Order: sequence, then structure tokens, then C-alpha cells
Amino acid sequence: MTLYISRDHALDLLRQMIRIRRLEEKSVELYSKQKIRGFLHLYIGEEAAGVGAMRALREDDNIVATYREHGQALVRGIPAGEIMAEMYGKANGCSGGRGGSMHLFSAKRRFYGGHAIVGGGLPIAVGLALADKMKGEARVTACFFGDGATDEGEFHESLNLAALWKLPVLFLCENNQYAMGTALDRHVSDSDIVNNPPAYGIPSESVNGMDVVAVERAVHNAVESVRETSEPRFLELRTYRFRAHSMYDAELYRSKEEVEEHKKHDPIANFQERAMSDELITQSDIDTIEADVAKEIAEAIEFAERGEWEPVEDITRHIYARDLS
Amino acid sequence: MTTYRDAVRTALQTLLREDPRVFLMGEDVGRYGGPYAVSKGLLKEFGEERVRDTPLCESTFVGAGIGAALGGMRPIVEVMTVNFSLLALDQVVNNAAVMRHMSGGQFEVPIAVRMATGGGKQLAAQHSHSLENWYAHIPGIKVLAPATVQDAHDMLLAAVEDPDPVFIFEHQMLYGMEGPLDTEATPPSPWKAAIRRSGSDVSLIAYGGSVHKALTAAEKLEKERVSAEVVDLRSLRPLDRETIVASVSRTHRAVVIDEAWKTGSLASEISAILAEDAFYELDAPVVRVCTLEVPIPYAKHLEEAALPQVDRIVEAAKRSVGGG
Repeated sequence: MTLYISRDHALDLLRQMIRIRRLEEKSVELYSKQKIRGFLHLYIGEEAAGVGAMRALREDDNIVATYREHGQALVRGIPAGEIMAEMYGKANGCSGGRGGSMHLFSAKRRFYGGHAIVGGGLPIAVGLALADKMKGEARVTACFFGDGATDEGEFHESLNLAALWKLPVLFLCENNQYAMGTALDRHVSDSDIVNNPPAYGIPSESVNGMDVVAVERAVHNAVESVRETSEPRFLELRTYRFRAHSMYDAELYRSKEEVEEHKKHDPIANFQERAMSDELITQSDIDTIEADVAKEIAEAIEFAERGEWEPVEDITRHIYARDLS
Repeated sequence: MTTYRDAVRTALQTLLREDPRVFLMGEDVGRYGGPYAVSKGLLKEFGEERVRDTPLCESTFVGAGIGAALGGMRPIVEVMTVNFSLLALDQVVNNAAVMRHMSGGQFEVPIAVRMATGGGKQLAAQHSHSLENWYAHIPGIKVLAPATVQDAHDMLLAAVEDPDPVFIFEHQMLYGMEGPLDTEATPPSPWKAAIRRSGSDVSLIAYGGSVHKALTAAEKLEKERVSAEVVDLRSLRPLDRETIVASVSRTHRAVVIDEAWKTGSLASEISAILAEDAFYELDAPVVRVCTLEVPIPYAKHLEEAALPQVDRIVEAAKRSVGGG
């Protein structure tokens, strides 16, 4: 299938997906070296969803993401070094070392965080959109969440409130088929997630989340519709997580065969192949990207290694606007 | 004289008039006029954009308030009662309280959340509890309990002005209470406790609805030649340790009155503060007067028996003084 995009466009999509993949692969290594601790949720396999979606959003739009948000954060423009330093727990991390992998934030990029309570980010997104609507801003709030979040009451409440108050929220469900280790058909009564939003009067659509171009198009159409109508929309990005849920997951709930089957749809390998057969890019382009990214990641690690630990005396900072003690 | 309810409404009006970022939302705050008639008339004056009736989804409308605060607004969210607010605790604990910290100081959540608390109206075991201590436990939020008409007004203004999330607990028995309101005066800091009555023999330490029971008890005690000081905590987080310790350092005896259950209560916290900071000032053990450890019963005589009452405070104070 022809891609119908420009060479530069193809190069950018590929570069962004490779940046995420390589950053995370390196994170796993650093995790085993105990440089990174806590939970580390990898996005590997899902890169097309994040890259396609983020590219369709404007710089001024708000982003609310989940604990599996390295990809969105990186594409949004948070430097790889700041993300890496945050995972190290260093003061030069994008959240000052207070958040870690699950809580990447950037005020100047309107990145309202990695949220690690499943479903908990949805009301926040609704509120951000409410603020924009009341202030007359043309901004859209894009809210990422997984299929597991659709089980939560806050999911249904947030859809209802956004529809009732006509708020400019784009709900982006990254359906990776599992709520942690519980398969979709074992955690929702109707595994066709797109059937939910129409019950609240919200237009809903499903897209192949392994196809970066398809995601970008679908998100572009949806986000511009939200901007135009100031009403919410819902997109399901069907994707698959190649790695374990987190670093503590023995993956007892799915077979190796199932994972291997899905790897045939690797969003990066497939896109490279299509872009090459469309003669948009060459192997040497890929080599260049890989070399650039390797350099970027090496510098990111250096930035994290160089970072300072926040002094323990500062532990009560950032609890209140002014220290109460 | 103004009622406590009208004082809150006056503050809401002032805020809505003076700051376009302020809006009110909650269940039945608009057309119904507020479950306790606090917001009556505000919909007419300010319209549906700024006085928003919400669906019944405490978690999501409190969360949306947090989001709107992040987005530059100054939302005032009314949750009908503290029992309902439990449905929103996820948003309070996991979002409002930690957003500044988790983001390394990049974001703040200037939201004010008001709710009714306390028993005394025979509303039984799902509408009568005092769970302020649950909130006061959480770093990252602030907790206020206005006991007077003046504080009901001033504390709401202070809460909305504050850059941090502030939770205001309005005791449901106080809404009809009358008292003086001066909207011109410079209010005292909301984060400091107040001495509502001076005394020399024993400190009665209370907050919210219990302050008035403590004052009545102090009058009764006076007739029995016991001079009781009444400390109104006002702010439950931060707690004004200084004023509490200073009062007990004068009277050398303390009775702590708290409508919550005794186990793990704010009364326990204050007792611990006295043990830490005023141990050598104490001439008698600290006494706690709290709600009996039962769900609040419906029947009037049982509800009265469960909640702290004036007689129990008097008895506790006499025990404290007598045991000195």
C-alpha cells in the first residue's frame, strides 16, 4: 500500500519511532545495571501510536499521558537527557527527580504528566479542556490512556462530562490488548471499545495503531474536528506491547507465540519496508538515523550521569508554594 | 447579624464578581440553589458558565476542578458532604496533593473544595461523619474548618487566593448559626488557631462545630469555678502547634474535642503534639472527647449519645482539673 507522504515526513516519522525504541532499549540495560529503579513500563511495539498521534497535535495543545509515556514525552520535545536523568532520579531530570519514569512533566511543553493511577488522568484532561473553553482558547487537550482505563468509573464519568459540557478533549485509547496481565476479553464485557463513546454521544473510531501513517491521519482528522466543534472525540489505537508490562512481569498470561505473531507487525520494521519500497527512503537514511539516535542516547546518558542528586535538605520543597514547616 | 450560610454565599459572590478565573461547580449548586442553600441566587447572577451543576460523579468533577486549576482557572468545587467526597479521594490524594511535587514544582493546583461535615441532623451513617483527619493526614493539601460566621467568609476568600489545594469543612449544624460579619476588616491568617475564650485552669481544644459545644461547656464550668480556655484550631493542616502548646503551657491541662472517632483522630494528633512539646507543662493526662466508635446512628437519642456533647466535655474537664 502506497504511503502518500513526503520523504521528509517519512524520515521524521521513522526517526521519532527509532528514538523511542532505542531510548527504551537502553533504559532496560540501565535498569539491569541498577541505574534506573522503580517501575519501568516500556512502549516497545507501540511506537506508531505515540508518534502518529503526537505529530498530529499542535505544539500548543495539552497532553495528558499515562505511566507508559516515554514515547509521547520524547516526541513532544522533552530532551532525551532530561528523560534519562529523570529515570536516574537526578535533579536535572524533567521532573527534578521527584517523578521517575512514570511521572514525566514539562510545563513549557504543556505536558501534564505521566499518570500512574489508571483512569486518573481523564478527569484532569476534562478540566484542562474546561479551562480552555472558559478562557476562549482554541486548544485541544489530548488524553492518552490504555484499554484497562475503560474499566474505570472515571473513564465513563469523564466521557459523560466532556460530552455534556461540550469540551475540546481528544480521548486516545491505546488498546494494547491487556490491562496489565488481563486480556481485553477478560476485563470488558464488550471488547469492541469503540462501542462505549457513542453511548455518551461522542464520535468514535478505531485505527490500526501499528501503522504510524494511519494513526497520524486519524488523529489529525479527529483533533481538527475537536478544534472546530469544541466537542470531544474518541479514537482507539489498536496496538500491542512487545515487552513485559513492567520489569517485574514474568508474562504468565500470554504465550511466546502470540507475542511473536504480533512482532510481525512491528511498526518500525514495517514502516521502513514500506517507505523503502515507495522509494521514499534508502538504507543509508536508516543508517544515518540510527547513528544520530545512538549519539543522542549516548549524550542523554552522559547528561544523566553528570546530573546532581538533589540535596536531602531540599526534600520538603515542592510540597506547597511556600514551605509550611 | 449574618448566618454562616450567608457568609459563605457573600464570599462566593465577592470571588465570582472580582475574579473572572473563579467559577463554582458541584452537585445542585445551580438551579437547586445548593444542597444547604449556600449558593442560592448565584446562578441567576453569574449564569451557567460560572455556576455549574455537575453530574453525580465526585471523582470526575473534583478531578476536572484540578485540571481547570492546572489550566489557569480558580475553581471552587462543592462536594455535598464529606461522605460523598470519599468517591473523589483518588483525585485528592493522587493528583491534587502531589502534582506540584511530582512535577518538580512545575505545576500547581489552586483549587478550593468545600464540603459539609459532621452529625446532629439524624442523617444516619452515610451523611454524618467527620473525616477531616483523613484529609489533614495528606501533605500537599491544606485543610480549614471555619467555626464562626466571620471565618466561613474569610477562609473561603483565603482558600481561593491560595496557590495550593485547600479543603474547607463546613459543619452542617452551623449553616443556620448567626454571628457578626465584617467584610471590610483585614482577616487574621487562616492558618493560625484562635483563642475564643481565655481561661486559666484547662484548655478545651476544638474545631468546627465542636468549638461551640466547648464554649457552652466553658460557661457551665465557670459556674463550677473552673476557668476554661477555648482554642479553635481553625486550620487542621497545617496545625498551629505554637498556639496549642502556648495555651496548655498556661493552663497545664488539656481536653481535646473532636467529632471524629477517637482512633487515629486529630484529637490523637494533638495529644501527641502535647506529649512531644508540652509534656513537662502538663499537670494531668490529656483527655479526648470524641465520637463513640460506632457508625452514626439514626435514632435521635443514639446519635446524641454517639457525638461529643457539652456534658461530656464538662465532665472531662472536671476530671482533668480534679486529677491535677
